[in-house]
Amino acid sequence: MRIGVPRETRDRETRVAATPATVIGLTNLGWSVTVEPGAGERASFPDDAYREAGADLGDPWGADVVLAVNTPASADLDRLADGATLVCRVAPAQNADLLASLAERPITVLATDAVPRISRAQSLDVLSSMANIAGYRAVIEAAHHFGRFFTGQVTAAGKVPPAKVLVAGAGVAGLAAIGAASSLGAVVRATDPRPEVAEQVRSLGGEFLAVEVEQEASTDGYARATSEAYDARAAEIYTEQAADVDIVVTTALIPGRAAPRLLTAADVAAMKPGSVIVDMAAGMGGNVEGSVPDEVVVTDNGVIIVGDTDLAARLPAQASQLYGTNLVNLLKLLTPEKDGELVLDLDDVVQRGMTVVHDRAVTWPPPPVPVSAAPAPPVAEPTASTPVTAPAKASPGRRYALIGVALALLFVATAFAPAELATNLTVFVLAVVIGYYVIGKVHHALHTPLMSVTNAISGVVIVGALLQFGQHGPAVSILAFIAILLASINIVGGFAVTRRMLAMFTKGPAQ
Amino acid sequence: MSPETAATAAYIVAALLTVMSLAGLSRHETARAGVVYGIAGMTVALVATVVLAAGSLEAGAVALLVAGFVIGGGIGLWRARVVEMTGMPELIALLHSFVGLAAVLVGWNGYLEVEAEGAAQTTVAPELLGIHSVEVGVGVFIGAVTFTGSIVAYGKLSGRFKSRPLVLPGKNVLNLGALVAFAALTVAFTITPALGLMIAITAVALALGWHLVASIGGGDMPVVVSMLNSYSGWAAAASGFLLDNTLLIVTGALVGSSGAYLSYVMCTAMNRSFLSVIAGGFGVESGTASSGTEDGEHREVAAADVAEMLAEASSVVIVPGYGMAVAQAQYGVAELTRKLRDQGVDVRFGIHPVACRLPGHMNVLLAEAKVPYDVVLEMDEINDDLAATSVVLVIGANDTVNPAAMEDPGSPIAGMPVLRVWEAKNVVVFKRSMAVGYAGVQNPLFFRENTSMIFGDARARVEDILKEL
Repeated sequence: MRIGVPRETRDRETRVAATPATVIGLTNLGWSVTVEPGAGERASFPDDAYREAGADLGDPWGADVVLAVNTPASADLDRLADGATLVCRVAPAQNADLLASLAERPITVLATDAVPRISRAQSLDVLSSMANIAGYRAVIEAAHHFGRFFTGQVTAAGKVPPAKVLVAGAGVAGLAAIGAASSLGAVVRATDPRPEVAEQVRSLGGEFLAVEVEQEASTDGYARATSEAYDARAAEIYTEQAADVDIVVTTALIPGRAAPRLLTAADVAAMKPGSVIVDMAAGMGGNVEGSVPDEVVVTDNGVIIVGDTDLAARLPAQASQLYGTNLVNLLKLLTPEKDGELVLDLDDVVQRGMTVVHDRAVTWPPPPVPVSAAPAPPVAEPTASTPVTAPAKASPGRRYALIGVALALLFVATAFAPAELATNLTVFVLAVVIGYYVIGKVHHALHTPLMSVTNAISGVVIVGALLQFGQHGPAVSILAFIAILLASINIVGGFAVTRRMLAMFTKGPAQ
Repeated sequence: MSPETAATAAYIVAALLTVMSLAGLSRHETARAGVVYGIAGMTVALVATVVLAAGSLEAGAVALLVAGFVIGGGIGLWRARVVEMTGMPELIALLHSFVGLAAVLVGWNGYLEVEAEGAAQTTVAPELLGIHSVEVGVGVFIGAVTFTGSIVAYGKLSGRFKSRPLVLPGKNVLNLGALVAFAALTVAFTITPALGLMIAITAVALALGWHLVASIGGGDMPVVVSMLNSYSGWAAAASGFLLDNTLLIVTGALVGSSGAYLSYVMCTAMNRSFLSVIAGGFGVESGTASSGTEDGEHREVAAADVAEMLAEASSVVIVPGYGMAVAQAQYGVAELTRKLRDQGVDVRFGIHPVACRLPGHMNVLLAEAKVPYDVVLEMDEINDDLAATSVVLVIGANDTVNPAAMEDPGSPIAGMPVLRVWEAKNVVVFKRSMAVGYAGVQNPLFFRENTSMIFGDARARVEDILKEL
């Protein structure tokens, strides 16, 4: 089947969805590739380079799969073939109308900016690869507008202090900015509501300014909205820092919401003349009061606020290469047989997460990504002291019937039992259920330690032997003594071996 | 507060600590705390019981109790200290047998205290005598099955017994017959609690435990060990019913149900029906349907070639199996991992859920050798990435990387999920010889074009590669 790569038509867009290098990757997966003439021109990829890589030049819109950077204009969408698959950035959270209009067409749309944040999908995460470039470029823009060196120098013409850079938000973009600024020689400080990123900041040569307020840990890898106490303390830090630093790069974005306001007009007014602010969130409402999207503003006190929203597009060749590689990785997932045939598996969380329009319906947002595999059908209730095993893949009807029978048996057994036994049965049944749920989510690496600990715990049978010892003649006592001996080997041995095993589990250095 | 109420209170605390222990053990971050809870719970239970028992015992008897515990504990501690990590499954199987035997002894004591005394006994109210007898029967039965079953599992794992499944004619009928015989004997025992019946119950259970595990092939041993773990829990719970002791019931049931669930998870991973594994079905079917006799040319390489291949690779996936554990190659492999990672090669591990002889055993071995656990991935996490991998090193694994499981419907292991290593650019298989794996099936992977074989002891070969790197 055929992949089409159009020339991007949006204003200021310099990128292209495939480079000659990624065309080779796509052809290796069995696809033929058609590139619109001039598509790579602004990213310094001439048409000839595409031809040499094995692509045809021509009209991309009739292809089975169209790879684009931005959502194409509606005139171009009309040229798509029925049943075609469109892969591009959609920003589904912000563009409900766009989604609805896409869903009116007989096409499938995969949003490259809706990749679930799981390790397996990292290689197709366009947001990360673009944020990396934008963070780097933000520092370069700041250096461009800044009238001094970044690095400190002692020269014959006098001593130059190093520039002080504050990076707000240590996500992918923030970390890239920290790395770029510190390798230029600046003193870099960074803030982030997630205390766990401190180590990453330090690893890139930055200093982490912690906001000392209780915070919830992030569970999905993105920063959350913050609490009031936190905001108050953070605002103080920003005010202090604004007066001190020369350059501020703000990268704070919260998915699906307006960007948080980090620097107020008063903070900006307190900055030294000639200072530079790059507001990477300018397109989303801005982290800095007074920033204007796609414009460079100079305030009354001579502070330059850069509101560019096309930072990634300012490194067209690099951005196209990374974006293109993300797409090759996506198509690897979509062409499992490497035969150029598209197979969309909506049971796969990555593919499901990216599919925003399918079968003339909006399929966004996707169901939440499950933390681990769905639990197996529950272990049926035991009826007596013998274990009843879970039925393997029973049909729902059969499962209900089995559960029903088990419960009925349990009812009969308890109803006819004397009071003492009934109490014990209650305790027993509840403990069985707890046992099942407590280990339901056990990590597979911990199976062996778990088994040896439960083994130690089952040595609790020693309690029985202890109670029998010395109560009823020598024969009972001797048997009880042997039981005590055996069970205590078990208890001590089991715990000791578990501790030994656990002592070996270490986590590797953060990557 | 009397000693009895204090003991009851202590038992509740101990039961809660046990729950917390199991919960803690299911995550890496809390695993160590889980062990501490477990130890604390056990200590509370033991102290409470000893204090309770001491009320009616002479000082000498108490000293004997403590001495018994100290001796047993000492033996346990010594075994735990010296055991090799590769010998872990055997040790755990052996420990299960101790619980089983202890439960049998407790059951027999129950009989000696009550039924053997006849009308003279005062321990149990006369109207509850029937229930007590049933409890004795059940307790002894489960304990005895656990005992002999674990002994056989220990023998098979440590190589003292042959790992091939024992095939007696009509083995399912035998198992079922033993269960029926047990039920009949228990009923008879409840009506007339005679010593002969008690012995018969014990004998039937011992034989059943032996036969159950003996007829299961070595390849299914991980499930068996985890199942016996569950049985040892049920045995403790049965003793709890017998003694009317809530702590025993709770902890026994916890261990029993969690062990059963673990076994079930493992069976799902191997695409086997739980019941057929317990009944010893798997190993037998493979005997008749073995079509995997495909042969072909395999390609042998030297350590230097492998080193060169690794040095040029951008990503490497290591798939270890039991062979790595046997050869104690995990340290060399860890060193290799470290070296390659330092050179910027992306090294990861792909662990099949049933690699080795115990679930998670591979992780323990790798952790022992200080491989960071975040590069150790499960089969599902890594399977899709294998196609983009430059080199896969299969170290002592065989059935878990057998393409026949997916491609040959007639294969005895058809349908078992496997690591699709053959999709990678290069596969290097470390093997002692061209012998077949545990399931007794030939592996077409060895004859693939992108596969090369390196023969010999895995540890020596890995060290050769390290030298060449």
